[in-house]
Amino acid sequence: MNLAAGHPGFLSPTGVEIVFVLVGLATLGAALVTVTTKRLVHAALWLVAALGGVAVEYLLLTAEFIAWVQVLIYVGSVVVLLLFGLMLTKAPIVPPITRDDPSYAEVRAQATADADSGNRWIALAVALAAAATLVTVVVDAFRSTWIDLDESVAGSAKVTGVALFRHWVLPFEALSVLLLAALVGAIVLSKRRKGGER
Amino acid sequence: MHLAYPAVLAALLFCVGLYGVLARRNVILVLMSVELMLNAVNLNLVAFDVWLRDALHAGQALTLFVIAIAAAEIGIGLAIVLLVYRNRGSSDIDRLRDLRESEGPQGGSGGGSSDEASVTPATDNGPGPGPDPAGRQHA
Repeated sequence: MNLAAGHPGFLSPTGVEIVFVLVGLATLGAALVTVTTKRLVHAALWLVAALGGVAVEYLLLTAEFIAWVQVLIYVGSVVVLLLFGLMLTKAPIVPPITRDDPSYAEVRAQATADADSGNRWIALAVALAAAATLVTVVVDAFRSTWIDLDESVAGSAKVTGVALFRHWVLPFEALSVLLLAALVGAIVLSKRRKGGER
Repeated sequence: MHLAYPAVLAALLFCVGLYGVLARRNVILVLMSVELMLNAVNLNLVAFDVWLRDALHAGQALTLFVIAIAAAEIGIGLAIVLLVYRNRGSSDIDRLRDLRESEGPQGGSGGGSSDEASVTPATDNGPGPGPDPAGRQHA
């Protein structure tokens, strides 16, 4: 704590920090359910909660424009696309079942086999090792740095627009070409072949 | 606000996405986990942009670009997944192993066909003898 002598307290209980931590916990929980649930559609819906939580974090970091872009593109279109993909590939649907049902264990095993691959425990070990390493390094590196959120809004639509169209015009236009290429590519990929079976 | 909060949250979100990518079997669930990882990176970008008070706002501009590229990626990815599903009748990553190296002395050009778990490939020009005919009916 001596490092923090000239700074605000390490856990200075400002409202923004408390809200940030609470929303962060909710986001993390939603993300965990997304990657562990056996029901695929539920995973997509929990992903909405996780991405919405990240949008709220952007708002708390005063990046307003990014937050609304996140809501519009991720929650609005990406999750809808994912739900369409789940439906079109006939993702297995787990029947609603209670714990008392005699076939509960069987249904649960089938759902687990459908959703998770065999190397789940290796994946868990890798993820835990990565989390431990990253959190250790990050906490150690940024122990005594504070974000000053009081001065001005860092990411209002005006500020972001000025930065985007004054300094980042060329990447922006290149990105539009990339989006066009992705559009054409998706159409070509999903077009039915003329002479073939479909 | 302490910078460690967004940084730690981003690191943990990234590791959750990493677990999902490695542990999930359905391709679309893997794509969802990739989205989680991209969001973790975006959170870092925004936090460091706000921390550094960058005059060019490089972090936020890059975040917007990453969001747009993620949208393009999910569109192309789903198109590829649907194509694979139409041709193979399955979207399980564990069962798409035609390109693996053949193992053992009996391995020849047959490759994956010796494995009963792998899905028999169907070419684009003719109906293939897929082991899962029910999955192909809708196409």
